[in-house]
Amino acid sequence: MSVPYLSKALGSLTSNTLKLLAGLGLILAVACGSEAPAAPASAPQGSAAPAAAAVESAPAAEEPETIKVGILHSLSGTMSISETAVHDAELLAIDEINAAGGVMGKQLEVVIEDGASDWPTFAEKARKLLQEDQVAVVFGGWTSASRKAMLPVFEANDGLLFYPVQYEGLETSPNIFYTGATTNQQIVPAVEYLLNEGKTKFYLLGSDYVFPRTSNLIINKQLEAAGLEAVGEEYTPLGHTEYSTVISKIRAADPDIVFNTLNGDSNVAFFKQLRDAGISAEDLPTISVSVAEEEITGIGADNITDHLVAWNYFQTTDTPENAKFVQAFQAKYGENRVTDDPIEAGYFGVYLWKAAVEKAGSTDVAAVKEAAKGITFAAPGGMVTIHNENQHVSKTVRIGKVRGDGQIDEIWNSGAPVSPDPYLDSYEWASGLRELAQ
Amino acid sequence: MEVWASQLFNGLSLSSILLLTALGLALSFGLMNVINLAHGEFIMIGAYTTYALQQVATHYTGDPQSGITFLVAIPASFIMAAAAGYLVEVSVIRFLYRRPLDTLLATWGVGLFLQQLARSIFGAPNVQVVAPDWLSATVSVTSGLLLPMKRIFIIGLVLACLGSLYLYMYRSNEGRRMRGVMQNREMASSLGVSTRRVDSFTFALGSGLAGVAGCALTLIGPIGPSLGTFYIVDAFIVVILGGLGQIPGTIMAALIIGMVNTVFEFGTTAVVGKVLVFAMVILFLQWKPAGLMRARGR
Repeated sequence: MSVPYLSKALGSLTSNTLKLLAGLGLILAVACGSEAPAAPASAPQGSAAPAAAAVESAPAAEEPETIKVGILHSLSGTMSISETAVHDAELLAIDEINAAGGVMGKQLEVVIEDGASDWPTFAEKARKLLQEDQVAVVFGGWTSASRKAMLPVFEANDGLLFYPVQYEGLETSPNIFYTGATTNQQIVPAVEYLLNEGKTKFYLLGSDYVFPRTSNLIINKQLEAAGLEAVGEEYTPLGHTEYSTVISKIRAADPDIVFNTLNGDSNVAFFKQLRDAGISAEDLPTISVSVAEEEITGIGADNITDHLVAWNYFQTTDTPENAKFVQAFQAKYGENRVTDDPIEAGYFGVYLWKAAVEKAGSTDVAAVKEAAKGITFAAPGGMVTIHNENQHVSKTVRIGKVRGDGQIDEIWNSGAPVSPDPYLDSYEWASGLRELAQ
Repeated sequence: MEVWASQLFNGLSLSSILLLTALGLALSFGLMNVINLAHGEFIMIGAYTTYALQQVATHYTGDPQSGITFLVAIPASFIMAAAAGYLVEVSVIRFLYRRPLDTLLATWGVGLFLQQLARSIFGAPNVQVVAPDWLSATVSVTSGLLLPMKRIFIIGLVLACLGSLYLYMYRSNEGRRMRGVMQNREMASSLGVSTRRVDSFTFALGSGLAGVAGCALTLIGPIGPSLGTFYIVDAFIVVILGGLGQIPGTIMAALIIGMVNTVFEFGTTAVVGKVLVFAMVILFLQWKPAGLMRARGR
């Protein structure tokens, strides 16, 4: 083959490849710009990771009868950053329950599946757990996208899912129990708190997908009802790492609080670069709803010291149950591990399910759902109660300030558990949201 | 006025980061035609090398903010990533030359493997590198114009990388052989140049530069197993726009994209800004498929 011919052939091949790659880039950018993917970007990277299906058998093998339960989180891929720890907490709860004699005298047998940060995989694994393994309940999910992918599977197979993460609300499924906060247990009270503190100029910054967009829709309505208007609203693609321009915009808008709904790795870049720009929490405080103790480790505590966060639980929450929980968690997984809100919600979800099963006297889904109404449990973060209709739980709202060591000091709480209101029906300014959700 | 000055600086800073992440790719993709999707993972290796080195140094000195550690981390990241790149070249890529699309799949697999490896070694959550004190400062030009020291440092680092690369390619015998092979493989080979050796060396050099980028990015971005994926698309766009095999083109492309992106983002939003940049690049490539700088016909 002559040399000119070769280089020409290569040339035409590469120029096509170039277009292909450039096109791919555009598709990626547009995909991030639209709604669906609910995790730090580039989810496809994680999708091909091996879906490790590990089966951990319960210790008591001689027991002829066990109850199978499923755990379905991303143990590989981009979301494993957050979900691995929740998976750990759920396993801890199951171990504790087994050690204390199981549920109705039966040991729990765990079937672990890996959602691999890929939403179709979540649906597929949920189907496998329900149809092949016939599990009584599944604990799992993190991103709204993974929940929405699993929802039809649980409804079609009449399964039971305990979902442990705060989310954007506007959803109820007869087959899902939501143990994380809905908006009126996190975002709405956080805005109320800030208004009471005299903040008037809100800057809304979020990742570009369903949770931040819905949250900011709600915040805008709430501000409007207070006669205010956000001084800025900005979305960045998931996985965005360059915040200098956004920080310039924030500086130009001169807000007195930044309401941060960024998700995933972007938080690290944002807080590092905010500090580099010479802006401290004293100059301009931010309040985050997706940054907990686990994320603070990656951001670096000194980059986020004195900024605010809103949750239902902190590792420092002062209850006897929490002291026990933190100790057990660190004894099992290591001294340097931290606990946080979704970890706690994953943990007590297992106990709520146990209580409901024992009250029902069976693991039958309809019976458990009926029995679950009004069930309470003394969780590490305080008393939680399952709501009679919407299957969310009432929980105490807490606002905290990040300490130099990465822990969070509580500076305000709602005093009593707040009843869940996923459609915000009890707020006059929120009328119309229910229609919007359908 | 100050807003524009600081935006100008932001644009320059973004350009420097783009160039730093794209420079290694300009060698492996631009010169060698390997569609190297694992390039992001070499960036990650650099970042984790910096992290590991700081952990070790903290263990022995008790001072995480030692500025020396960070300076040592730059060559260490280069060496680690270059070594990994060398291994990947001799074990996978050398069987795939002249089949560019196969390298795409193979390096994608290598990337996934490296990500999961990092997850197994360092755990899934992000880790943190403490920046030395002298890098955490802010230089204030006027009261409204504050320039972060880290950004200035990264711009300086890019210039240093460019300088070294120039010296290597145009002032050393190794570099001359490399250019010879890339320009005319058969001729270089018949003149006694070991093209195999040059290939592995060039690929290792590109990977090493990615490692340096990873080290610098620990200052401003997240450090986790999937960190490479945040930069890989932009790096490809820069190399493609610049024109394959054209280092000066890569520099120009990084400057243009960085500046334009910053202006668009300031005028619109981060999402729209990015889409506009991609659209612009695609239109430009329709008009000039070879990119900003075209390799001269031979």
